[in-house]
Amino acid sequence: MNGAPHIEIRDLTMAYGEFVIQRDLNFVVNKGDIFVIMGGNGCGKTTLMRALIGLQRPAKGTVFYGGEDFWGVEPEEQERLKRRLGIMFQGGALWSSLTLAENVALPLKEYTALSPRHLAEIVSFKLALVGLAGFEEFYPAELSGGMKKRAGLARAMALDPDILVIDEPSSGLDPLTARRLDDLILELRDSLETTIVVITHELASILGIGTNSIFLDTETHTMINTGNPKKAVASGDPRVRHFLTRGAA
Amino acid sequence: MVGRNNTFGNGADVASTRLHNSGEKQWQLEMRRIGDDLLELSCAGRWCQDQDLPAVEVILAELRGDLGHLSFDTAQLSAWDTGFLAFLRGLFTLCGERGVSIDQAGLPQGVRHLLAMAAAVPEQKVGRRSSPGQGLLFQVGAATMAFFRGAPEMLSFLGEITLSFGRLIRGRARFRLSDLWWEIEEVGPRALVIVSVISFLVGLILAYLGADQLRLVGAQIFIADLVAIGMVREVGALMTGIIIAGRTGAAFAAQLGTMQVNEEIDAFKTLGISPIDFLVLPRMLALMLMVPLLTLYAGFVGMLAGMLVSTTIFDIGMFEYYTETLRALELKHFLVGLSKGSVYGAMVAYAGCLRGMQCGRSAESVGEAATSAVVTGILLITIAASLMTIIYYRLGI
Repeated sequence: MNGAPHIEIRDLTMAYGEFVIQRDLNFVVNKGDIFVIMGGNGCGKTTLMRALIGLQRPAKGTVFYGGEDFWGVEPEEQERLKRRLGIMFQGGALWSSLTLAENVALPLKEYTALSPRHLAEIVSFKLALVGLAGFEEFYPAELSGGMKKRAGLARAMALDPDILVIDEPSSGLDPLTARRLDDLILELRDSLETTIVVITHELASILGIGTNSIFLDTETHTMINTGNPKKAVASGDPRVRHFLTRGAA
Repeated sequence: MVGRNNTFGNGADVASTRLHNSGEKQWQLEMRRIGDDLLELSCAGRWCQDQDLPAVEVILAELRGDLGHLSFDTAQLSAWDTGFLAFLRGLFTLCGERGVSIDQAGLPQGVRHLLAMAAAVPEQKVGRRSSPGQGLLFQVGAATMAFFRGAPEMLSFLGEITLSFGRLIRGRARFRLSDLWWEIEEVGPRALVIVSVISFLVGLILAYLGADQLRLVGAQIFIADLVAIGMVREVGALMTGIIIAGRTGAAFAAQLGTMQVNEEIDAFKTLGISPIDFLVLPRMLALMLMVPLLTLYAGFVGMLAGMLVSTTIFDIGMFEYYTETLRALELKHFLVGLSKGSVYGAMVAYAGCLRGMQCGRSAESVGEAATSAVVTGILLITIAASLMTIIYYRLGI
């Protein structure tokens, strides 16, 4: 590591044609952060995530991983940088023709030379971590929405990535499972030193696990608050306080 | 590569076995038997999932006899990830089966926490399945059972469509006319290009085939009869049916299948709106109306191709060919072609909608539904074509 920030977003503008979703985003995600990207519906959280993970080129600006300009390097270099990321999509995005075990095993098969036995042990452990022990041979179509989401997280963790990007981890989960998932995110950060970027509007998760955050505003199309979300409740921008207190403040 | 050093007599009641891998990313495992009761595992180096870690079976031999406790020493552990956790989980299962108690105090705190989290939700025993036998006999049996299970579903769907047509006649079927127009445009005008190309080429083939045989008896003028009757009565309808099965039947299955995946069809049911009326009926009507017209069009394009080949290659006059075509064609040929077109259209719509409505809840099943719609559509067209040809022959039409 060269002393550069773990992830740095510089002058990022996201747009669909002429329609600007978010403009002039500047923030840094430090190693070990649980960084929450929050905002109301349609503010561009998922669009920003797509720029972070290399699925959508920003209209302007770029993303740096450990000082390397993701959108400025060659596609091969981008692939190398992407391997540092694990992504959990909102609905799980599991491959429907593969079982859960095969879904989690695919990245491991692709990028490690593990023996089938070790691979099976690791896959089984990752599924157990998300509370899906014993579901190895199930196909995604046979699972509930919440189970698919958790299996998606197991797949995102397959390669023990440096950075885990999680889109709406708690939505659609029962409160206990959501809490368990939050605990797991905290533990992954503490034990494996994984940096977590969470895209969410679930208040319990934002205030429960977030150590740093940005708030994307739908009206002004830019970020209006940074810092620890717990502090934002007390002394942040009024619009953010309004959001974090469900309109009470 | 795994190396092994055995060290014995290190104290009267201590024996140790040391294992390590020989790659760059080294892990080391030392098993120290302390007395009869305790086994201490000393894990050092890198225990990460980018390399094969030791199999838990290597420790199995040490878990023999009256061993009661297992403890850990990880002071020399330089790095670990979920590979180490997966190894420990397997080891804990093994110890559980042998009644060996585990002292986790020597493990890093993060390891203990993550292992506890993995064990927090008990394994779903019902979830683990044994893979069924996939022998030839099994597959034949499964296919036979699937066929017999599918037949009542096909009949039931046919019944539902019939009831829906009954409601349509009584003016009680609920669907949007705009959907019907959209479907008509989609299956009719938008299919003209592909129908033109295929019909032209089939007409051309028929003309060449006829010319080759008729030349032997000097009756090349009858190419006009062959192409006209063949295209209008049989081939036009058949080719249009097959084109529509591939183009529109598959599209119907994919559209309805995706709606199944998104629970849109369930939403219709919960609102008391019949998905058959709302979704299937417009599609059936569109194809039953448009396929006969496409059949007529295919017949004319085929005859045009026949005329082009006859006049340019086989020296038959254009007027001569035209007169012979008019002489050969009777109204009944058009009626036969139109009736076949209607039936084929209905068959394709039926197969497409049936497979779409039967679709499962995954992306893969949408693909299967589309494939199955084409296969079923073509099969039904072939069966209908055979039956209708026999019936019309018997009736002398």
